[in-house]
Amino acid sequence: MNTGRRKVLKGGGGAAVLGLAMVAGLFRSNGAWADWNKAAFETKSLADAVKAMGGATPVESKDIVITSPDIAENGAVVPFTIASKLPKTESMALLVEKNPSILAANFAIPDGTEPWVNTRVKMGQTSNVIALVKADGKFYYASKEVKVTLGGCGG
Amino acid sequence: MADPMKIRASMAGDKVEVKVLMSHEMETGQRKDSKGATIPAWFIQNVTATHNGKTVLSAEWGPAVSKNPFLSFRFAGGKPGDKVVITWTDSKGDKRTDEATIA
Repeated sequence: MNTGRRKVLKGGGGAAVLGLAMVAGLFRSNGAWADWNKAAFETKSLADAVKAMGGATPVESKDIVITSPDIAENGAVVPFTIASKLPKTESMALLVEKNPSILAANFAIPDGTEPWVNTRVKMGQTSNVIALVKADGKFYYASKEVKVTLGGCGG
Repeated sequence: MADPMKIRASMAGDKVEVKVLMSHEMETGQRKDSKGATIPAWFIQNVTATHNGKTVLSAEWGPAVSKNPFLSFRFAGGKPGDKVVITWTDSKGDKRTDEATIA
């Protein structure tokens, strides 16, 4: 009984804190930086992220390559390279399945720019990492598991 | 104002390879300080790279991008001596623009 109540309290408090953080961090950014897809950055699953980007169900593709270490010793800095061989690649996103928000970064690739980006992201724990590519109006993805020995999201 | 970015742009075959190292805390909004209070989120949201006025890459970032973010990409149509300009905007509305000459 008591433990149940504690859990409720804990859960409620955590949600409130998260809500406050959202308001403090993101509300101010409203308006002037409207080209930041807030809805997509709040999603928790691949399907929701794609929906927030205005797409339908993504299709798995072998033409997307994720290059990263298989085991990351430090989750705070995990290097990733994503490359797409799909024709007419318009954008590429990197998603970490078990992070508090799944979407880490989204890159728009204009004509003339190679569908290839390299960046570093934080991973809270061992997780599948997904590269989501929009090509010719459709969404494709590839995923890969990366093991993390020390998380990079908590305090 | 944040510290300058380190930008390196060089020819890689017929393409220009750009490497950028930004200086930013990229606070997630998940961490707590020593008193248990949540440290508010503060991270780079938008990054834009232009070459001769044409956008060659634009990015939207969430707080999951690592502290002091690194970014590398390649684009066609550049030549040595051209300038690559990179701008970021963070969740507090702070902005930073730096440029590099293609070597």
